[in-house]
Amino acid sequence: MPVRAVELAEQFETIEKQEHAARLAMWVFLGSETLLFAGLFALYAAYRVMYPADFHQALAHNDTVLGTVNTVVLITSSFTVALAVHYVREDKSRLAALLLGLSVAFGMTFLVVKFVEYADHIHHHALPAGMYTMANAPPAGAVMGQTLYWFMTALHGLHVVAGMIMLGVAAIGCARRRYGRHRFIIVENSGLYWHLVDIVWIFLWPLFYLVK
Amino acid sequence: MDPRGVGATHPDYMRAESGVRSWLLTKDHKRIALMFYGAVITFLMLGGIFALILRTELLTPETTIIDPMTYNQMFTLHGVTMVWLFLIPSIPAVFGNFVLPLMLGAKDLAFPRINLASFYVYVASAIIILTAMVLGGADTGWTFYVPYSSTSPTAVTWMGIGIFVNGVSSIMTALNFVVTTHTLRAQGLRWHRLPLFVWAIYGTSIIILFATPVLGLSLLLVAADHGLGLGIFDPRYGGDPVLFQHLFWFYSHPAVYIMILPSFAVISEVVCTFSQRPPASYRAIAYSSLGIAFIGFFTWGHHMFVAGMSEWDAGVFGGLSMFVAIFSAIKVFTWVATLRGGSIAFSTPMLYFLWFLFLFVFGGMTGVAVATQSLDVHWHDGYFVVAHFHFIMVGGALTAFLAAAHYWFPKMFGKLYDERVGLLTSVAVFIGFVFTFLPQFLLGNAGMPRRYYSYPPHFQWLNVLSTGGAWLLGAGLILALINLVVALKWGRRAGPNPWGSRSFEWITSSPPSKHNFDVTPIIERTPYDYHLSEEDARARSRAS
Ligand code: HEM
Ligand SMILES: [Cu+2]
Repeated sequence: MPVRAVELAEQFETIEKQEHAARLAMWVFLGSETLLFAGLFALYAAYRVMYPADFHQALAHNDTVLGTVNTVVLITSSFTVALAVHYVREDKSRLAALLLGLSVAFGMTFLVVKFVEYADHIHHHALPAGMYTMANAPPAGAVMGQTLYWFMTALHGLHVVAGMIMLGVAAIGCARRRYGRHRFIIVENSGLYWHLVDIVWIFLWPLFYLVK
Repeated sequence: MDPRGVGATHPDYMRAESGVRSWLLTKDHKRIALMFYGAVITFLMLGGIFALILRTELLTPETTIIDPMTYNQMFTLHGVTMVWLFLIPSIPAVFGNFVLPLMLGAKDLAFPRINLASFYVYVASAIIILTAMVLGGADTGWTFYVPYSSTSPTAVTWMGIGIFVNGVSSIMTALNFVVTTHTLRAQGLRWHRLPLFVWAIYGTSIIILFATPVLGLSLLLVAADHGLGLGIFDPRYGGDPVLFQHLFWFYSHPAVYIMILPSFAVISEVVCTFSQRPPASYRAIAYSSLGIAFIGFFTWGHHMFVAGMSEWDAGVFGGLSMFVAIFSAIKVFTWVATLRGGSIAFSTPMLYFLWFLFLFVFGGMTGVAVATQSLDVHWHDGYFVVAHFHFIMVGGALTAFLAAAHYWFPKMFGKLYDERVGLLTSVAVFIGFVFTFLPQFLLGNAGMPRRYYSYPPHFQWLNVLSTGGAWLLGAGLILALINLVVALKWGRRAGPNPWGSRSFEWITSSPPSKHNFDVTPIIERTPYDYHLSEEDARARSRAS
């Protein structure tokens, strides 16, 4: 199959510059995204200092096993993504497509596990603050712990979905050989984004599952 | 070389293609800039109408034209419209978009599609905000302080979402500017040859990228508190409203530099061009922008002196805030020193520079004053603060916006505006401004609180002055707009470089062709080489 020539946008003089621009943009964007979560981590820290015992109680019934399974799932997916980036550079686009597809499947697994957890919380009425229905609600600090848990994991979940879409698009492109040695910046960038999603979770995991 | 400038052999960017579609789907940074221009002016007028209604209401202590609830919604809308739909996007999205690539000798921004998308995201945010207004507005003030904002019966949820979407748009624009500055500089254009405009827009973009996500998050949380009853800041559920203030001001203090750094960008160019001199210290102006960008992130606490803060913290935040004043003073002194020995031309942009200088220095000094805890306790939430931030934000950013509108008018449209009318409207704007906001310092110092519908009768004469000033200011702005619109059609043709500037955007024809330059220039000089004749300067920025 003939390899398509790379499209050089008219504002760039060389492919190198064009790719440099795309890469730089992704890094700057990731820095910006990090600050979104930084705000939430700061909130978590502040409330945790305010209500140490209550947070303990709030997070006690989070299932460490499920949380850890999800961590392993995400780390594995980061690995398959990294492999995909490696192979697309070597022009093994089909293999890359396969690996990207696998990563999307891991993302799906993550979401399924997350929904199992959410369903369990709902069952136990462990809901964000304003949605508590039980008469004898736990102390305010514990409620706050739950609220933050929901908000932070849900926001992370949205990022997982966004990442899956990016990886999916990259996978289709690879399968059609639109991306290969001649053009892999999109694969690389979606990979970078996926690593961010992974890293954020690696911070969430201890906060909500390990340091009870 | 063609005397009409590089690129004059091609049709200009406005005529290069025709039809509505060619505008709405354009990826040309210049056309996108013009679309932003139209939108931004529309919102300035809308916000201005709200302001005039507010001021007219305050003509008398009793009900004048609107009821108290409408008043509350109106000042919120005024603040939201002015800050997010006018001030923040105005200079970057219009003039940054238009001239930054020209100054870099580039054919476009690095990501033209993202640029177009950012315009539509901006429009979407405006639609959401205006829809929220129709759904009952918000009566929280533009700061959305909890716990009131999470329980207010008005459409806070939609306001919050609208501003969040607005933030996405400015992040897209900022990302584009940063990457473009890094990757699309013409050959020979080293960092220390960048026009000062580029430095300041670059600094602004960095602040936008790192502050806006935090604002987005805090307003998203308020929207969730309001719409879903999440209660993250709700004391009933153990939430702490003061934490919201920390998050909000962590963004919003840097955001005031998002509004003022672009003004510095414009002013630096105007000063050099109209005094025909290089800046007294290029590095001082360039680096102080970065200094302000950096320090701006550590001063948010000065908005919360009375929200329960230890004296030690207040001292630290107060002290850090003073640093910003030092960087700003460096700029001011450098601009003034640039004028010395220059051949100064008192054209309209230069007049706006003078107003800018006066208002900014005055407003800045009152800022230093309110950053002192003891004084702030007296002035907080009073009209003194209203006067302070209007001096800086309106006096600074609006005059710079007007300076830019006149300065780059020939470049953007290839026409000259009427200079006498320009000078006249500029004076009207200044006098109107002073009459609007100077009395507010006195009102505030005498104890009139902000956001109040009524006041004791002995405050009336100052309020009448202020309202009269506001009408004059409004009239001045309308006249300035008319002057420019008339010039669009009937103005004399401007050459490529009517002001005799050495900056690179004037190398190309006015208006530029679709891809800015026929051939990418090679730059072998700084943008302020006024010791060179125009011919020599041209030769050293020759086409390859
Ligand atoms: C046409 C001239 C203007 C007049 C007469 C005017 C008047 C006012 C008035 C009466 C208020 C309410 C103050 C209070 O009750 O606390 C206000 C608030 C405010 N204005 Fe303006 N304004 C003008 C232009 C602007 C512009 C151009 C901006 C943006 C750069 C701006 C930004 C604000 C902000 C941020 C607030 C605070 C809103 C709040 O606290 O909720 N104003 N203005
Ligand atoms: Cu501040």
